Amino acid sequence: MTVITLTIDGRSVATASGATLLEAARAGGSAIPTLCHLEGLSPVAACRLCLVEIDGDSRLQPACVTAAAEGMVVRTTSPRLAELRRTVIELLFTEGNHVCAICVANGHCELQDLAVAVGMDHSRLPYRFPSRSVDLSHPLFGLDHNRCILCTRCVRVCAEVEGAHVWDVGWRGEHCRIISGLDQPWGAVDACTDCGKCVQVCPTGALFHKGDGTEEKEGHPEQLQVLVRARQQGGAP
Amino acid sequence: MSRLNVATVWLAGCSGCHMSFLDLDEWLLEFAELANVVYSPVASDTKVYPEGVDIALVEGGVANRDNLELILKVRARTRILVSFGDCAITANIPGMRNMLGGSEPVLRRAYLELADGSGALPQAPGLVPELLEQVLPVHQVVPVDVYLPGCPPSADRIRACLEPLLHGEWPVMEGAELIRFG
Repeated sequence: MTVITLTIDGRSVATASGATLLEAARAGGSAIPTLCHLEGLSPVAACRLCLVEIDGDSRLQPACVTAAAEGMVVRTTSPRLAELRRTVIELLFTEGNHVCAICVANGHCELQDLAVAVGMDHSRLPYRFPSRSVDLSHPLFGLDHNRCILCTRCVRVCAEVEGAHVWDVGWRGEHCRIISGLDQPWGAVDACTDCGKCVQVCPTGALFHKGDGTEEKEGHPEQLQVLVRARQQGGAP
Repeated sequence: MSRLNVATVWLAGCSGCHMSFLDLDEWLLEFAELANVVYSPVASDTKVYPEGVDIALVEGGVANRDNLELILKVRARTRILVSFGDCAITANIPGMRNMLGGSEPVLRRAYLELADGSGALPQAPGLVPELLEQVLPVHQVVPVDVYLPGCPPSADRIRACLEPLLHGEWPVMEGAELIRFG
């Protein structure tokens, strides 16, 4: 294993060659906020919360998909990044219909937690209040598009871990949404194994168990990590 | 230090924020030493929003013509306007009608489609305030000075915001205890 050394937030960090900036930063004690990223799934850099500043690069780079390189000088916090991260969260809140008070995930929601982390006490952007649907056709689970932030964790866990590839992303722009099968009702998609991994990794209340009431949904992404590590090591968890 | 004039205002909300305010319990006695309550649905009989208000806690979104007239008056007559609770800050539950797109489909849904056959749209100009097309957060209508999120904000959170203001200081609103929505 080749070890490379770089500077993150003024600290010298040694990491394995091939590590991402996110892995190196977290190992070095820098807390970078993430939302679409989930250990055990491929990174897609969709949410843009993990953008960092790199010396010599005028553009911000997403830490989750940027390889750490020898001698890099990286900053994970700055007034510019703080402003940008708050704006990202405000965009997510105003783009959909996120009514925390009546949500199954209230109190256990990664979006709600990130709003606190970025200091969002109100949105400076106007709310869109889009008209969106809810799919309750599956016998066990529901999908509320109002609460979906298009992180695609569900798409990735179903394709990469469960191997069923029930989910995909359909349409474009403001019409963009998660679809099941060939844009069929979820309950009509034969490929679904009813495993519930998509529900476990969903960061908001968009995917939920039908029995969940307000505040009752708690995701368990760590179960995914146990499963993925066990597979990589070839043994039982 | 002289006592400050404090108002509480109830727009389109469930009054839960005001109930939470009453949950301040014995601190309300200290509050009464520091402030004159000059306008409030739970602590005053005054019908007209007065001039010279130092601090106003405004619960609820701006949903109808009465709300709109009142919030404009509140802003003009108040030094520090606090957006009090999630409905004031995000439109929250009253704002869910915005997804139906305008006031007309909302009235039709409530008074005709869900009626048992004898439904009629409410029509009483001057008595029943007309709905605005959208329920708006307060800060989309007038400038807001302090945001106090929560549905409702807990009594402790209200105190953490209000107590510094009463002593002429600015509250530091950050962290899950003070700004978490919901």
